[in-house]
Amino acid sequence: MMNNILKNHLCKLPSGYIIVGKWHKHSYKMIKPLGKGANGVVYLAESPKGLVAVKLSDNSTAITSEVNVLKHFSKVQGVALGPSLLDVDDWFDPYSKKVVCFYVMEYIKGEDFLSFIQKRGKEWIVILILQLLSDLEKLHQEGWVFGDLKPENLLVVGQAPKIRLLDVGGTTLKGRAIKEFTEFYDRGYWGMGSRKAEPSYDLFSVVMIMMNACYLKRFEKKGSGREQLMKMIDADETLRKYRKVLIRAIDGKYEHAREMRQELMAVMIDKSSSTKTKSRSNQSRKGSVRKRYRKRKKRSGVLETALIVMFLLFMYVMYLYGELL
Amino acid sequence: MRKGTLKQILLITDGCSNHGEDPVAMAALAKEQGITVNVIGVLDQDTIDESGLREIEGIAMSGGGVSQVVYAKQLSQTVQMVTRKAMTQTLQGVVNRELKQILGSDVTMEDLPPEKRGEVMEVVDELGETVELEILILIDTSGSMKTKLPTVKEALFDLSLSLNARTGDNHFAVFVFPGKRGDVEKVLDWTPKLEALSTVFPKLTSGGLTPTGPALREALTYFRKKRSLRSLISSDEQYFEESSM
Repeated sequence: MMNNILKNHLCKLPSGYIIVGKWHKHSYKMIKPLGKGANGVVYLAESPKGLVAVKLSDNSTAITSEVNVLKHFSKVQGVALGPSLLDVDDWFDPYSKKVVCFYVMEYIKGEDFLSFIQKRGKEWIVILILQLLSDLEKLHQEGWVFGDLKPENLLVVGQAPKIRLLDVGGTTLKGRAIKEFTEFYDRGYWGMGSRKAEPSYDLFSVVMIMMNACYLKRFEKKGSGREQLMKMIDADETLRKYRKVLIRAIDGKYEHAREMRQELMAVMIDKSSSTKTKSRSNQSRKGSVRKRYRKRKKRSGVLETALIVMFLLFMYVMYLYGELL
Repeated sequence: MRKGTLKQILLITDGCSNHGEDPVAMAALAKEQGITVNVIGVLDQDTIDESGLREIEGIAMSGGGVSQVVYAKQLSQTVQMVTRKAMTQTLQGVVNRELKQILGSDVTMEDLPPEKRGEVMEVVDELGETVELEILILIDTSGSMKTKLPTVKEALFDLSLSLNARTGDNHFAVFVFPGKRGDVEKVLDWTPKLEALSTVFPKLTSGGLTPTGPALREALTYFRKKRSLRSLISSDEQYFEESSM
């Protein structure tokens, strides 16, 4: 199992190890591994330009297609659809005596999606999903489908939390067959559609990410996929609220991410505003009753004093009249 | 570039052959005919023995394909990954050959600077999406494989789902070994849809012998007589040995 030995070795490069590119001669000093994907390992590294992320792989094919996708993304202006690409090169690995391909991206510092939700609360799920949907909409408009959408490929970045997409290994041109996927997030696995790259494929994965975030676990398929998913939606409080939208996404009824986003947003606003206005109107109604009551009380008080004053005045006049006589 | 058909044999087994010719030699014969042989070893909980492992790797290596040993549970994902990887490998071989024709000498994709490599890769991707694919699935049904057969079936449905998402045409055929009469038995003739398998699969019976070599040899004769892409690149052995490791 040559493959495994090689991979293990690549995964265990010591901190401080320096690799130099064969073509461009840039050097990178490894700091620590950031993660391991299906096609290689990503390291945090130091370069003359600052901290970067370096992806190494013995699978040059996979690396080259990922670089292709990243290059296309850098052409999309103004929106950050993936990490920006800094360098692509080969490195001769003295241990295995083979050429290892690598590419260098900007290092995005952030927290992974699930631990963010765990720390900050479930109310963030839908907000981050709304952000994700608008990023997907842009991606789809560019003619791509993300493919391997899962929490591990999402990062929450910054003081004002913003979701970012990582790892474009599964990103596929619209209309082709999805390049890479993970069973739990794959509609083919659940028997809910084909593996053709189309926006609805990503939207199914979005629902499964929400499931994963609410239950904090993945589950296996048992029997009819759709029925099981419906049950899981109904059994969770957060998911139940968005039931209608989620079912439509599972059934592949949305053609664009923006449609799902709008409807998700509508349910969210409706839910939060309806509970708020109900309580507010309740309060105001109670208030007005009290006010009216107080007003009536005040008016009757005025009447009372007026009567007393008039009575006293009358008595005084009677008294004066008696004195004069 | 002319478009041909990619031909693959997908061998699903759980151990060593014990009857007939050496399967590694038969895989080499397949490669000579332009047919790639991929092997998937299926485990239960137990580990596979050393000789079984060596045979699995040997078959894939001399058959110019990809091998992987997995637990039954991961079979679906693996079957589609192995098939895809072997496809890309073969197509890359074709593209490398074209490159050699254009650039002369021994230029392969790895010798190009990374910038140029991207463009070549786009061609490989494009081909992988549109090329016609013939996959003969050869399933070991001897002894211990019996309990794993439902999982194998599931994995094959999944494979058909993945490949049918491509624009190119697919043809599948399913054979099992040992057969009721001979070394190998056809359970599904060439068809674009593996779903037809659901009706024939439960009828399988499991026997004692494991004639992997003879099964491979016989399987070769069932391929439809057509020009294959793989035959164009049989001289490119260096590359394949490298990538199948």
